[in-house]
Amino acid sequence: MNKTLLIIQREYFSRVKKKSFLLMTFLVPTLFIAMYAVVIFIFIKGDDKVKEFRVLDESGVFVNKLQDKKNVDFKYINGSYSDAKKDLIASEGDFLLYIPKNYEGKNQIEIVSEKKPGLNIVGDVQDQMENVLQNKRLLEAGIDTSIINQAKAKVIIQAKQITEDGEKDASVGATFVVGFVAAFLIYISLFIYGTQVMRGVIEEKTTRIIEVIVSSVKPFQLMLGKILGIGMVGLTQFLLWIILSAGLATIAGTIMMNSDSSKAKIEQMKNNPDQNLQQPDARTSAFLNFSKAADTVDFPYIIGTFLFYFLGGYLIYSALFAAVGSAVDNETETQQFMLPITLPLIFTFIIGMNFIVNNPDSSLSFWLSMIPFTSPIAMMIRVPFGVPVWQLLLSMALLIGGFIFTTWVAARIYRVGILMYGKKTSYKEIAKWFMYKE
Amino acid sequence: MLSIKNIVKQYANHLALDDVSIEIEQGSIFGLLGPNGAGKTSLIRIINQITAPDSGEIRINGEKLNPSHISQIGYLPEERGLYKKMEIGDQMLYLAQLKGMSKSEATKKIKYWFEKMEMQSWWKKKVEDLSKGMQQKVQFVATIVHDPKLIILDEPFSGFDPVNAEIITREILELNQKGATIIFSTHRMESVEQLCDNIALIHKSRKILDGKVKNIKNSYRNNTFKIDYFSDNGVIESYPGLFEVLNEKTLEEGKQVTVKIADDKNTNDVLQYLLPKVRITQVNEVIPSINDIFIQNVTALN
Repeated sequence: MNKTLLIIQREYFSRVKKKSFLLMTFLVPTLFIAMYAVVIFIFIKGDDKVKEFRVLDESGVFVNKLQDKKNVDFKYINGSYSDAKKDLIASEGDFLLYIPKNYEGKNQIEIVSEKKPGLNIVGDVQDQMENVLQNKRLLEAGIDTSIINQAKAKVIIQAKQITEDGEKDASVGATFVVGFVAAFLIYISLFIYGTQVMRGVIEEKTTRIIEVIVSSVKPFQLMLGKILGIGMVGLTQFLLWIILSAGLATIAGTIMMNSDSSKAKIEQMKNNPDQNLQQPDARTSAFLNFSKAADTVDFPYIIGTFLFYFLGGYLIYSALFAAVGSAVDNETETQQFMLPITLPLIFTFIIGMNFIVNNPDSSLSFWLSMIPFTSPIAMMIRVPFGVPVWQLLLSMALLIGGFIFTTWVAARIYRVGILMYGKKTSYKEIAKWFMYKE
Repeated sequence: MLSIKNIVKQYANHLALDDVSIEIEQGSIFGLLGPNGAGKTSLIRIINQITAPDSGEIRINGEKLNPSHISQIGYLPEERGLYKKMEIGDQMLYLAQLKGMSKSEATKKIKYWFEKMEMQSWWKKKVEDLSKGMQQKVQFVATIVHDPKLIILDEPFSGFDPVNAEIITREILELNQKGATIIFSTHRMESVEQLCDNIALIHKSRKILDGKVKNIKNSYRNNTFKIDYFSDNGVIESYPGLFEVLNEKTLEEGKQVTVKIADDKNTNDVLQYLLPKVRITQVNEVIPSINDIFIQNVTALN
């Protein structure tokens, strides 16, 4: 056991001392924060450039009825359609909205521009025109303007989750994001650290130091020491990331809050939700929801389960990666053995992103979050939506069982593989190794 | 010291060791000889407890081989290897600690050896910065740093230049004088003759010969001599009943014949017969080298 500890130490420190480790540790949270800042910046600033809409309304219905928006300016013009088009090109205007006399027919209204108009802008204009038309017809039908205004309803659904502690806000968006990020991190890190284990094994094999070492320790001790050492490197990296991100986020948050415009905006939004209701501004409210949603996520619980599933998944897969490393002489030969290992990971990730997020409680989601090879990813997507305790415990127990099993299998292959040189290995060969007695 | 009894090791489709038994005395330098693929490495791996035999047993000083013996064995594998990116000093410490030494003890020992081998300045260097010969030296120190009672060297001289080979030979002899038992495994027979007291020949998974080098050589002497002479008065020709000329050749000065003397005669009889006929300058007994003996044995088996 003492020797395993020595091996863990070497594996750990030889990696943590590397410059690339330090670089990764600081670079990733910085990038993360930078991304976060850019998102917020865009939320607040929006698209600065004001688009000019020249409205050529032959019907006269919409004149002066369309409201200017933050980035859309309506200008009403007269004249012929062809002149207006020529003019648009000559004066490098943005958009020309053409409404013919008999606009009610199909495909009559046109937006002409040199560049393709954004989907949002077209949708926006369309909405406004529908509104104007609706109002016009209601008025024609003899309904009072005040009644129309009263009748306008806006529905905003507030998702609430009932727990034993009472109700809490359940933001589906935030849950989705947290699940996605956690599952993605596990997916990526299983590959990164699993490959590191495999490379380490191959390195020892190709430099032939393996023979010196297994004359001092049992192959199993070496494999376990390597796996645990690199696992601890992964944990260290994650903990540093969490701490650094939290620190940077707090600092960045303070700076953002102090900048006047955004502060005012957010304060205004928070204090005056009614106004928010009447004048919905998609972008600012999205940001508000985002920051509000972040408050509803139980981070200690998520981080706790994340670390467990990272460790469990890592132990399962790194043992397999170690077995692959022991079976080959160099990295190029690993391809044929990698596929069956990476397949369940990729499969779960794709299913997870498309199916589990939408059906976190379906039976497929349940089974995927129980099978040890898929549970680290599948369960992390489900966890933010809330998972019954018994399911979580069962899944964790199965994961531990799974890792004991794969480690046992991998160790039997590893102990033979590390001493085999120069032969191209096949699955049949590996099966034979597995059957060798001590 | 080391008693190897009836070891059998079977791999999937070939028998690596077939009922091999060898006794190695305390304090001896033992040569484990055989062509590539004979089973030497398999046997060494079993002694190092890297693999286990299918049957048979190994005892060290009467005690059945067990993990506690690891710290008493130093092993230099044929394929040398060290961590390329790790500092030499750290690497030495790591390997010594894996052999069961404490950190302080290991540090002291490593410093002692580095000084002895004039490697003090290498402590902070990485293996990849060293030349091949320097790496070999590092590896040798790693093998013996924990004062093993049994040192197993697999092809120790491959990769050494003559100067370093000389240094290593001296160190091995010194360790031997201090009481360490040494096993040499090699397919280069010449190096063995100067160093080893005892040898065992392994061929095709079987031990085909073992014993003291002197005794083995003696048993392969067959009354053959080389005689150099000047042929002023004539040449040496076979004389049935006394000797038979096996080979003739002309030297720069004079001639040389290789003769096999009849079993009941000796050199004196031959000389008495030859002296009146030719002027003899030199007579040497042809003693077969281990290499000759080896080839003789192997071809006989084939």
